[in-house]
Amino acid sequence: MSERGQSLGWTTLFEFANPKRFMDVTGAIIPWLAALTAITIGAGLYLAFFVVPPDYQQGDTVKIMFIHVPAAIVAMMAYVAIAVASLFGLVNRHPLADVAAKTAAPLGAVFTALALITGSLWGRPMWGTYWVWDARLTSFLILLFLYLGYIALWNAIEDEVRAARAAAILALVGVVDVVIVKYSVEWWSTLHQGESIMRPGAIAPIFEWPLFLMMGGYGALFFLLWIIRIRTEILERRARALLRRMGEV
Amino acid sequence: MNAFVALIVRDMRLATRAGGGALLAVIFFAAVAALVPLGVGADLKLLGRIAGGVLWVAAVLAALLSLDRVFQSDFEDGSLDVIVLGPLPLEAVALAKMCAHWLTTGLPLTVLSPVLALLFNMPAKGYDALLASLALGTPAISAIGAIGAGLTLSVRRGGLILPLLILPLISPAVIFGAGAILASLDGLANGAFPLLAAFSFVSVLLSPFAAAAAVRLNLAG
Repeated sequence: MSERGQSLGWTTLFEFANPKRFMDVTGAIIPWLAALTAITIGAGLYLAFFVVPPDYQQGDTVKIMFIHVPAAIVAMMAYVAIAVASLFGLVNRHPLADVAAKTAAPLGAVFTALALITGSLWGRPMWGTYWVWDARLTSFLILLFLYLGYIALWNAIEDEVRAARAAAILALVGVVDVVIVKYSVEWWSTLHQGESIMRPGAIAPIFEWPLFLMMGGYGALFFLLWIIRIRTEILERRARALLRRMGEV
Repeated sequence: MNAFVALIVRDMRLATRAGGGALLAVIFFAAVAALVPLGVGADLKLLGRIAGGVLWVAAVLAALLSLDRVFQSDFEDGSLDVIVLGPLPLEAVALAKMCAHWLTTGLPLTVLSPVLALLFNMPAKGYDALLASLALGTPAISAIGAIGAGLTLSVRRGGLILPLLILPLISPAVIFGAGAILASLDGLANGAFPLLAAFSFVSVLLSPFAAAAAVRLNLAG
């Protein structure tokens, strides 16, 4: 594995794929990542609540954006992370990739739910209703179901290797399908505002700063929790292997 | 090719003869559709408008109900092991089983749908779209459903988890299929049919590979 990896130039990636190496490196990273998360989210929230003025149309509800938009972005990012990890798991048959995919799913589901809930709380004063069957909302609801199905499949199959393969196939089918789902619901109905972060001038600079801080903070929080979950899973598997060995003796 | 056709014929025989349940899926389809007026009321105008969507949802549920026939029963009695050893690659086996599933669920549901639409008082101009959208879209249900059937082979209570895996994935078929019927009721031109056909085509084209991979991992070891 390592020789092939080096010839392909994947050296660094596969060095981290060694669970021991992974534990050492992430163990050192965790405090820094935790500090980064706390600072960015703390600063972002401070700016959002005490510095940013109310929007001339939306009033104070505009501040929901700072916890809503980053959650939605991380929710989608987590699915991509699962798909990439699943591809590595299927192709390279590496247990760490399987663990990475497995542990990212509940996080993605929570961020998806968070985006849906904060969005509907914003929708009540702005659109006059908690829920509309709009393209974005519907596609996020479907994304949530995809996450739940993925998690359920992991839990339903007892054999770890088999569960990992099955879940990886589902994730890869899902990543193709999620693009079609997104397109189909957009064709079906659209009310949600279009994407505005990448359009210069669409968001006033005073709103942009806390938003970018929160996006960085949510991203860091996701990676922090993901790393902790992967470490926990590795330790759990070690403990289980030890117990099995003791049982055999 | 001969083995391919033989497998389809075999699966269809198993589905239509004693205990196969092909007829049950069709009756289930009618029963679900019949339940809707009891739930939403007997307003014929409303029923005529939602008929297309109701029949699409009922068709999806009926197709889900019979998915265990695709791989599960063969897996349990060991015939899947024999089929895998046969001349067909597993991808072709999966495609044959999808075809057999569609011929015993999707096709009869499509044929029955105008009768149910009549009970729903659907306006006459919707029938062409109803038949065309179900005929075009139900293969996608069988194809994607077969992936789920393969993935849940070794799950003890796979029947519970299978719908959760499959329903989000086939939502585009429902959107385009029911959308096409509504558009033709409103007399609008719309692009739903090409999109539905494209979704169905891509599903049927790619699903055998995913389904075969899913079956393979459950047979290994």
